[in-house]
Amino acid sequence: MAEIILQGVSKSFGPQVALADVDLTVPDGAFVVLLGPTGAGKTTLLRMVSGLDQPDAGEVFIAGQAMKGLPPAQRNVAMVFQQYSLYPHLTVRQNMEFPLKSPLLRTPKEAIAAKVAEVAEILQISHKLDNKATALSGGEMQRVSIGRALVRSPSVYLMDEPLSSLDAKLRADLRIELKNIQANLGATFLYVTHDQIEAMTMATHVGVLDHGRLVQFGTPREIYEQPVSIYAAGRLGQPHINILPADLFGPAPHGAVYIGMRPEQIRQGEGQDALVKRVERLGDQTRLHLAFKAHDLTTVIDAHTPLRTGDIVKIEPHRPFYFDADGARMV
Amino acid sequence: MSYSITEPSSRQKWIAGILVVGYALLTLLPLVWIIATGFKTPADAIAYPPKVVFTPSLEGYVNLFTSRSRVTPEDLAALGPPTTWYDAIVRQYDMVITGPSRYGERFMNSVIIGFGSTFLSVFLGTIAAYAFSRFKVPLKDDLLFFILSTRMMPPIAVAIPIFLMYRELGLSDTHLGMILLYTAVNLSLSVWLLKGFIDEIPIEYEEAALIDGYTRFQAFYKVVLPQAATGIASTAIFCLIFAWNEYAFAVLLTSGTAQTAPPFIPTIIGAGGKDWPAVAAGATLFLLPIMVFTILLRKHLLRGITFGAVRK
Repeated sequence: MAEIILQGVSKSFGPQVALADVDLTVPDGAFVVLLGPTGAGKTTLLRMVSGLDQPDAGEVFIAGQAMKGLPPAQRNVAMVFQQYSLYPHLTVRQNMEFPLKSPLLRTPKEAIAAKVAEVAEILQISHKLDNKATALSGGEMQRVSIGRALVRSPSVYLMDEPLSSLDAKLRADLRIELKNIQANLGATFLYVTHDQIEAMTMATHVGVLDHGRLVQFGTPREIYEQPVSIYAAGRLGQPHINILPADLFGPAPHGAVYIGMRPEQIRQGEGQDALVKRVERLGDQTRLHLAFKAHDLTTVIDAHTPLRTGDIVKIEPHRPFYFDADGARMV
Repeated sequence: MSYSITEPSSRQKWIAGILVVGYALLTLLPLVWIIATGFKTPADAIAYPPKVVFTPSLEGYVNLFTSRSRVTPEDLAALGPPTTWYDAIVRQYDMVITGPSRYGERFMNSVIIGFGSTFLSVFLGTIAAYAFSRFKVPLKDDLLFFILSTRMMPPIAVAIPIFLMYRELGLSDTHLGMILLYTAVNLSLSVWLLKGFIDEIPIEYEEAALIDGYTRFQAFYKVVLPQAATGIASTAIFCLIFAWNEYAFAVLLTSGTAQTAPPFIPTIIGAGGKDWPAVAAGATLFLLPIMVFTILLRKHLLRGITFGAVRK
């Protein structure tokens, strides 16, 4: 419904640089996930788009319109906050009606009731509608919070780790539900998460932020298979990518300092000996913690492997990544 | 903050209960005495040893609300039998009622000035506290300290300048003048108390409301204000208690039209003999509005007093 464009957006809080010259285009109808550790500027970026904070430099456009100076109410964005931000003095129903009753929308009564009932159904909170917002569990609060965003039809949805406080089952349900909603509405989502599954399954695009800089932007597959740096490679992948000295397995390309291998880039049964330190059985997969020439690395093996601590396996790199001294990928 | 893990034993509960009841009795005793004195006859009121059991009488209340004058027994007899029960009480003392006393007016003045200044203090205090809590106000800390510093001396220390100022401005003995004065004194308390309450309300609520399509003022009105209700209620009680009970400025600045009840009540004593029951009756009635107000806001007050002591 709307394209979001950030042009050269910078923001500092005192000496702390939160965003540094970020250029980002979120295509209309895209589901963009922002990845990065705490402090990378993900939330700040959302706040720039929402209008809760103003950039020090640069411009934000939503649907082709410059947003400079526009208050949040006039940007037609919905936002789900990381902390539950339900109005504690209102009931669940009143919370969900709140945006619809705003002077901006002035929705007719019947339409409000219908919309709230519909969204409550999706989020499985119909039976809680008349509870006080404070009488809910954390997961329920967060669902109401999402519901408050969904009752509207804004041009852009901004979500700041909306599923992080939910249990695994509900998270999986809502993941699919949010994705469906996004697909049905054709809405533009800008979504912050730490969760790799959310990023991989929901995103049409992933943006990787590092200390306020957008270091890579592409499809989840691109980020996973063609990371631009050690940092970007480290954002996705369970278990984590193994970063080792480049020449550990033999001669490395000129200038390479590190070799990076995801589990599928470690071929087992050939190459050199590694010692099994620990076998971690997760059910659907089994992780092998190996010691190789005084370095630790982790890989994945068949769930029913007979390997045990103290066994020896042969490993060799299979189409690994090489990185230079700065951590940038060498192609 | 630490909590004891074990439930108090029943013996501990008993001891705590006895202490609380004992303390309550101790603080309530003067109050009970005042209320009882209001229903005594003047003779019972000064009896020695003090009378705990007595025949109740409404003399104090009749004297409080009426002006009376003494007449000779012959004139009294000429008047014929008393027409009302309060006439009958007064005539026992060879007196007749000549009209209402000024207590009613003074009481109303207290209501107007007390509630007026409380409303104004809380209203101004809330918006000032919101601004201090949420906006980047230049010299914020200095301003807040300055506001607090107005409470660092007894207000009566500036009585003479205020007296002169009020005379020049024509505010002496006016309702407006007293409302402004009490508001000025209460405002520092009100700003500081309310700032604490508003600081406690996470800013995310307003941000959510801004995104939900509301302006800042609407967000303040719809989201912040309802959550600050507890703070506003307890602040209002503190402000009202000060304005209601204030004596020194009331004596100094009011004499006629705007005189409040506190300077009026002692003047009852002077009217021939020491009429303690009438004074006690005046004090008892004077207590009522603030008691009612406090009981109405009790639910909020409890949280207001323990504010900051309990982490949510």
